Amino acid sequence: MKLSRRTVLKGAGAGLGTAFAASILPYKSKADDEIVIASLFDQSGGLDIYGTPMTMTCELAVEEINAAGGLNGKKIRLIKYDPQSSMELYAQYAQEAALKERVDLVHGAITSASREVIRPILRRYKTLLWYSVIYEGGVCDINNFVSGVGAVQWVKPTAEFGFNNRGKKAYYIGADYNAPQIIGKWLQKFSGDLGGEVLQRDHFPLDVTEFGPAIAKIQEAKPDWLATCLVGAAHMGFYRQWAAAGMLNKIPIVSCTFGVGNEHMQLQPEESNGIVSAQPYFQEIDLPANKDFVARYHKRFGSDAPYLNAVGIGGYLGTMLWAEGVKKAGTHERQAVMDALRSGDIAWDGPAGHMVVDPVTNHVIQDMHVAECQNQSWKIFDSYSQLYPSDVVDRCDLTKTPDMDAHLEPIL
Amino acid sequence: MFNSMLKTFDFNSWNTRGLMVTGAIMLALLFLGPTIFDLFTLLKVILFIAMAMLALSLAFIWGFGGILCFGQSAFFGLGGYVYAIGVINMGESTVPILLAIFIPAAFAMLLGYFMFYGRLNDVYLAVVTLAVTLILYAFIRSTSGEEWVIGKARLMGFNGISSIPDPNWPGFPDSLLWPDDKFYVAMALLILVYFGLRFLLRTHFGRVIVAIKENETRAELLGYDVRFYKMITFTIGGGIAGLAGFLLVTFNNFVNPDKFALALAAQIIMWVLIGGVGTLIGPMLGSLALLMLYNWLGTQNFAGWLNTYLVFGGIILLFVLAVPQGLQPTAQMLALRFLPWTRPTDEGGDSARNGAREGRAGD
Amino acid sequence: MDTAALLIIEVLNGISSLALTCAGLAIIFGMMRVINFAHGEFMMLGGYTTVVATNAGVNIWVSMLILSPLVVGVIGILAERFLIRFFYGRLVDTLIATWGLSLLLIGIVTSIFGNYITGVSAPMGNFSIGQYQLSVYRLVLIGLTVILFAGIYLAFTRTKLGLIARGTMQNADQAAALGISPPKVYMVTFGIGAALTGLAGGLLAPISQIIPTVGFTYVAQAFITVITAGTGAITGTIVASGVFGTVRQLVTYETTPIIGGVALLIVAVLLLRILPQGITGKIFRRSL
Repeated sequence: MKLSRRTVLKGAGAGLGTAFAASILPYKSKADDEIVIASLFDQSGGLDIYGTPMTMTCELAVEEINAAGGLNGKKIRLIKYDPQSSMELYAQYAQEAALKERVDLVHGAITSASREVIRPILRRYKTLLWYSVIYEGGVCDINNFVSGVGAVQWVKPTAEFGFNNRGKKAYYIGADYNAPQIIGKWLQKFSGDLGGEVLQRDHFPLDVTEFGPAIAKIQEAKPDWLATCLVGAAHMGFYRQWAAAGMLNKIPIVSCTFGVGNEHMQLQPEESNGIVSAQPYFQEIDLPANKDFVARYHKRFGSDAPYLNAVGIGGYLGTMLWAEGVKKAGTHERQAVMDALRSGDIAWDGPAGHMVVDPVTNHVIQDMHVAECQNQSWKIFDSYSQLYPSDVVDRCDLTKTPDMDAHLEPIL
Repeated sequence: MFNSMLKTFDFNSWNTRGLMVTGAIMLALLFLGPTIFDLFTLLKVILFIAMAMLALSLAFIWGFGGILCFGQSAFFGLGGYVYAIGVINMGESTVPILLAIFIPAAFAMLLGYFMFYGRLNDVYLAVVTLAVTLILYAFIRSTSGEEWVIGKARLMGFNGISSIPDPNWPGFPDSLLWPDDKFYVAMALLILVYFGLRFLLRTHFGRVIVAIKENETRAELLGYDVRFYKMITFTIGGGIAGLAGFLLVTFNNFVNPDKFALALAAQIIMWVLIGGVGTLIGPMLGSLALLMLYNWLGTQNFAGWLNTYLVFGGIILLFVLAVPQGLQPTAQMLALRFLPWTRPTDEGGDSARNGAREGRAGD
Repeated sequence: MDTAALLIIEVLNGISSLALTCAGLAIIFGMMRVINFAHGEFMMLGGYTTVVATNAGVNIWVSMLILSPLVVGVIGILAERFLIRFFYGRLVDTLIATWGLSLLLIGIVTSIFGNYITGVSAPMGNFSIGQYQLSVYRLVLIGLTVILFAGIYLAFTRTKLGLIARGTMQNADQAAALGISPPKVYMVTFGIGAALTGLAGGLLAPISQIIPTVGFTYVAQAFITVITAGTGAITGTIVASGVFGTVRQLVTYETTPIIGGVALLIVAVLLLRILPQGITGKIFRRSL
């Protein structure tokens, strides 16, 4: 009996996953005197080194907005979740934020894996997601805004610097999961355009601590430079063992990820001097807005607060860009905010320079900087202005296909 | 077989009362669940049920079969992946669900054959099962490349497979399960498995495996093929863990290699230890307690010198020092001491008292 | 030729770092039957001790060889007094107790030092074999591992203290009847196991990462090695480290680190199938 009734009901909505979500979501009945957003960054577990500063900067953004009178006269309330580096908790908290707290924005996810867990959930429950971590690129989902740089913005400067200044033969090593593998593919693609070659791409599980054989293999291949995309705690051992073998000054390193785990602060100068990294943000960026921001950050969290890198500042940049959308929309209602953010008029000058939300990709047009590690800080020596997030723009145009829901990979 | 079971079904005994109370509570949950929980809580409960099922699988093979498996996560993850790959390819969930039970069970049987017929025991068995789950973990994590496709399903390595379709009612590919349906199905399955195991333990087979746990040599001298019984026990545990893996996928439409990782493998052991080895309800409650603790910790926003680890570690330490026997045996002991009406009225040698007194003899 | 020499050194490196990681556990688990899930955290504490002391101006060798084992040994004895001693003889229960301990230690270190600190770099520079460059420190590590294991072996076989410890582990009642206090022996033995783990953490600090959660990366391989070793904990650990280290390094060199790791696990599974009581269950039976 029950089966047949429900079957009929569901038959109507089946196929369109969103249809049923709409029908079970009661009318948004939250008290309308505040705007609620949730942050979802790991503050414990293996990823806390990334998530703790992100939560701090997100909090700072909310405090600054509230101190300036809030958005459209309403204060923001921030709910901070700590998924403890567990995918199940990501799923649970995303559901809690969407269904129980009925938040206006979830600002979260660090790894691509966690983003791909919460993205479908938030899309189904019609809750905006903001993702602000540098990543491999390719997300195409109208419900998901991305202020982290994607592959073309990020890997291309790395490749250009390496192949133009360090030599034509590169050796690539990265962590063993999707993002570093996709980044490796991008590097391969750019190597062709730049007349260089990638001799080999090696990947290491995240818990590998012993890099002797890897270092021997790299020496044997005799590359002009080494491209690294190592991630996490255990991989820091690579840089130590590399320096201990005296390789630091023999084969130069150009990295995508060096610095975003504050590697340059944890290694001694003799282990890290001369490593080059391309990032959208360094705490050393010479802009008045940035100097002011860094001062406010230390005033709020103390002088011993962690160094802010391209990942750590994401919590601030993402929240501020979203706030621009809410201001323009004049409301925090989801569709209106999305329309405002996607109008092409959202431009904001922050610590990382000028940022523009691109309606075609839902990503952000922004600057990139290339810097060299010197005595535990960064010397920026080259900058790219207003790079367009063109990773997969040939296959993803949200102005034409707003229903698209995909995470696209490069085609070699 | 059924007759002998009825004969042992003594309505006055502790066990039977306990079973009736448990059954009543579980059935009440089943029928009232969607009414008392809001949608969000209901979804969370589905996760708890999946994990309780997983706890149950280890509670059975360890607490009653005496097999300390440190890699129960292997079958759990396998169940999740088999279901995911199956349903993505077939578009209809009935066969994938069955496969999610049978493939892990078959794998458990193979592994069981390999181990028990090689006379592996004790910590040596534990470390082999741990190595197996870590091998699966390493393997599945290295499948991020595009070449790793099974039919229409890309394995996606570390990231895991997301947006896995919901299950549908058998035979109706278009009628997907709603959250409250998922809850009904999950809860009904949990009740079925729990009472199924309770029933199994009262059969001849169940008595033999407990006898083997108590004294392997004696059972062997009595003519039972210990290796065979252990293998079958292990197979049943594998199948239940696979089913749990499927249930987890219905919670968040997602499966990733973490299901095979050391963290989860160890956690399952903790659930059973916290609940009490040699019990079935205890480990389910143990999983619930730990999951709720995790959940609570993530919303606490500790500041200053306090952090998640400190609080978590402190709670665990207090617990092991205060309740070393585990939840269920301790609760039974307290009940027998302070609540006279829970005491059995006959002398009919009920094992609950002894069980409670001895605590976990299973080590 | 160069490549052969390099490979031999890499294999020895792999063996020595694995053996170092396992030395303390070989005593705590192999002899005392305590499943120390906080093993990785003991290593982490050893690493922190070396880093903090060296950054404060202490000579790096003093930090690694003296301070790390000392500090972690004391922490181990405290842990034994307040926690572990309630769980002797209950093999699996020690797992949950030490799991709580491991979380607590991570929590304490996070409270004090935050998410990360600046590490120390490897002393002693590098040398060349033909076209390859290698770290001198890693060679020294190989030597230190040999000395360490020889020392442990001699201490347990040739000294009175070692005899008492082994006797107590085998039969505590008998030892008590002979006027020895088993609780004290247990405490000291656990302390020594912890100190060795701290020493390993200190020695590996210059070539690994130092963050509070780093311990987790060591636990699984240490347990697999020590359990495969069997009842003769010290000899078994040397043999098991030798087999696993060789397999992992060679396969990693020939293929990828992922396959190298999997090869180690597969060899462990097969070894235990052939020798269900561990390596020392059948061969080297009379060894320690």
